[in-house]
Amino acid sequence: MASAQGTSPLNQPAQQVSDDARGYYTPGEPIVDPVAPTGPIDQRWTQRIFDNRLVNPANRRKLDIIIVGTGLAGGAAAATLGEAGYNVKSFCYQDSPRRAHSIAAQGGINAAKNYKEDGDSTFRLFYDTVKGGDYRSRESNVYRLAEVSANIIDQCVAQGVPFAREYGGLLDNRSFGGVQVSRTFYARGQTGQQLLLGAYQAMERQVAAGTVTQYTRHEMLEVIVADGKARGIVARDLVTGEIETHLADVVVLANGGYGNVFFLSTNAMGSNVTAAWRAHRKGAYMANPCYTQIHPTCIPVSGAHQSKLTLMSESLRNDGRIWVPKKAEDCDKDPRDIPEEDRDYYLERIYPAFGNLVPRDIASRQAKNMCDEGRGVGPAVTEVGPDGTEQQVRRGVYLDFADAISRMGRKAVETKYGNLFDMYARITGEDPYETPMRIYPAVHYVMGGLWVDYHLQSTIPGLFVTGEANFSDHGANRLGASALMQGLADGYFVLPNTIREYLADGPFEKIDESHPAVVEARTDVEQRIQKFLSINGTRSADSFHKQLGNIMWEYCGMERSEEGLRKAIDMIRDLKKEFWTDLRVLGTNESINQSLERAGRVADFIELGELMCIDALNRRESCGGHFRAESQTEDGEALRHDDEFAYVAAWEWTGEDGLPVLHKEDLIYTAIEMKQRSYK
Amino acid sequence: MRLTLNIWRQRDAASAGSMQKYELDGVSEDMSFLEMLDVLNEQLNEQGEEPVAFDSDCREGICGNCGLMINGQAHGPEVTTTCQLHMRSFKDGDDITIEPWRSDVFPVLRDLIVDRSAFDRIIQAGGYISANTGSAPDAHAAPVEKKKADRAFDVATCIACGACVAACPNGSASLFMGAKITHLGELPQGQPERYDRVVNMVGQHDAEGFGGCTNIGECTAACPKEIPLDVISQLNKDLRTALKQGR
Repeated sequence: MASAQGTSPLNQPAQQVSDDARGYYTPGEPIVDPVAPTGPIDQRWTQRIFDNRLVNPANRRKLDIIIVGTGLAGGAAAATLGEAGYNVKSFCYQDSPRRAHSIAAQGGINAAKNYKEDGDSTFRLFYDTVKGGDYRSRESNVYRLAEVSANIIDQCVAQGVPFAREYGGLLDNRSFGGVQVSRTFYARGQTGQQLLLGAYQAMERQVAAGTVTQYTRHEMLEVIVADGKARGIVARDLVTGEIETHLADVVVLANGGYGNVFFLSTNAMGSNVTAAWRAHRKGAYMANPCYTQIHPTCIPVSGAHQSKLTLMSESLRNDGRIWVPKKAEDCDKDPRDIPEEDRDYYLERIYPAFGNLVPRDIASRQAKNMCDEGRGVGPAVTEVGPDGTEQQVRRGVYLDFADAISRMGRKAVETKYGNLFDMYARITGEDPYETPMRIYPAVHYVMGGLWVDYHLQSTIPGLFVTGEANFSDHGANRLGASALMQGLADGYFVLPNTIREYLADGPFEKIDESHPAVVEARTDVEQRIQKFLSINGTRSADSFHKQLGNIMWEYCGMERSEEGLRKAIDMIRDLKKEFWTDLRVLGTNESINQSLERAGRVADFIELGELMCIDALNRRESCGGHFRAESQTEDGEALRHDDEFAYVAAWEWTGEDGLPVLHKEDLIYTAIEMKQRSYK
Repeated sequence: MRLTLNIWRQRDAASAGSMQKYELDGVSEDMSFLEMLDVLNEQLNEQGEEPVAFDSDCREGICGNCGLMINGQAHGPEVTTTCQLHMRSFKDGDDITIEPWRSDVFPVLRDLIVDRSAFDRIIQAGGYISANTGSAPDAHAAPVEKKKADRAFDVATCIACGACVAACPNGSASLFMGAKITHLGELPQGQPERYDRVVNMVGQHDAEGFGGCTNIGECTAACPKEIPLDVISQLNKDLRTALKQGR
């Protein structure tokens, strides 16, 4: 089937007509992936593994690799490259590699094993992923992801990952995220934890073997680019404050996603964009930064003190019914006292075919619409608008299990969702068996990230980017259970086979601390820290972060418009000025100083936020997680414009006062045809 | 609600520390314990006093980064992590004492932050299955009895927060270690290294300075993931077998 495909283009390059972001950017030269494979799609990766040069085992010992981040992508890469015999230095800001935020993923991991004999195949997983990404990803990369997915499961089982099993002792699968086959492997609701511990243990084994050195409580603050190549990093020891230089032949960033630009997200408190953003400022292009995934079923905000949001598995939508009161005056009533005829099961009403199971972005956007109409439920929370005005808004919709309980019995509901109900009760103090849950969307994942080629190499030679930190595989929207798949695919199987093509030219000429590039990077880091400590203003980094989050959520969240985005860009620019004049960081550099750590991260989030808005402003179409108010059907559904926007937007940094330069990479499909989706 | 907080403040590992008293007003019962500390820190920053340092990351009870002694109990009064503890477990006017984990093997780095790197070193000593990337047979090559797979999962949910050590009068890490030994020991893939694993991990545990287990059970009572005490029996059983084999 697939072997004949992938030999001739099925679409034309896009020609952008609209230019919403004029004045905010400079058009640049198109960008092409210099190592893009050709030929039949199912042979591209196999051929590339063969074509890429090998590194003699005796030479591997002489090659130093720096890996920043220890989640699935970074941890798996450290273990694998360590096993291969390279010298690996692994960095994480947490106190142990095992704490990386991959650990919080609940649902599962996809793999085209076809153990259920339900018609799954590598090609079908590839097809679902490209379609799910709304045709904004690169087909060669996605096909490779689908291809190595089966090996991931084998590898994890061999490491002792305790996946769910059936009574016959074989692995269990479930269907996930709206696909029609059962290809998701899982370990109860803690799949990410178990996969991460597998990678962590494999990495610790290499620490014991001496091939991996781990640097915990270290934060990368600058990449060292010497003579055109990434040759190391500058990191701060978060305990002593010491600024350290680490040199190597190659640098890998596996620092995760930047969802915390919204302040409130399901990401960990420490998740940040700094490693990627510092690399961006040194020449690595940032691709599709506006592509954000918002998850519809999270526990709502309870007050201004809220520090993060907690996701509840999407599986709840299989049996729960989502509604809000028809009348705004009913919103503060006990939901059990609202009669059936006064309830609006709005998803069932608007989308009768899919009902409560519409895709994430649609469910999210409609929940926001209901609350904007004044029909939200739960406690009214003071919202400080981006402009500083306060208003009381109820941000929640009901997810009701009363019907499910009367249909299946409480016991069955308990078996299926017990742990989620317990978690909800602990956080909210309400019993979801008795009263409907309240849910609201939250930022969950970013599809955008540093631009990489087929080898996962960025536009800085010798700087590779893996996992959520790159833009490569999910297009404009990621399917459920695919983040874990991509992280481990990159770490275990892709990077180890592509990085050797680069390292085959090494070891590179040694540089030392006196190299001008090292001196410059260190000086930049030291001056920045001194600046944070000396502004001596009145506001904490957190307060700026919250304000940025409000702007982003309001104008660059679930729905984006030309007017809103322009406003947001102005606000972010003002916020940036205020940050650099009114920040207050107490204490010193020479000890643990969490305010100082946050200041650095917030400074980078502010710059990223501006670029996200510019990217969103330029992309006058709706695709995947990016919904532009100006681009919808009469029914309010997302409307893509392939003729104008079937491209990757790769942004180049040109300095504090310069405009970002937009380089377009055409998305040309050879194995799959672009189609518009519909869920009505 | 209004609270009085007694918090351990310590500049760094080399300095002496002391308890400091703070009054905090306007605490809502919907706040998590750590959000309550965020509010305190925002207030301290405004007053020109350095905020209280504490570890936390995922704030959804899975990363294992947070962990405080709250009124003498590891993770406080509920069976959950500190980040999932909410202020509705307290009442207006309460006096709350907040300390870092109590263990010599977890030295204080600043305020409420301790160094738990000894846990990584115990895992390095043998808490893994040696399976190089790419060397794995098909995942269905070795079926696993469902009961054993479920048991392996249950004990693999340990988050390495260190509450077991902090709660143990002997400062033992046996529950942490037993959980990993039981997890890997239940699976066919874990058999080849099973007895070397237990010997090496226990050796590292003792070398770090953790205490011995005398079956008191405070560890399992404090464990936010409810790892059962019998993983320590399994650890001892495997250790006995290993020693009999002369390992």
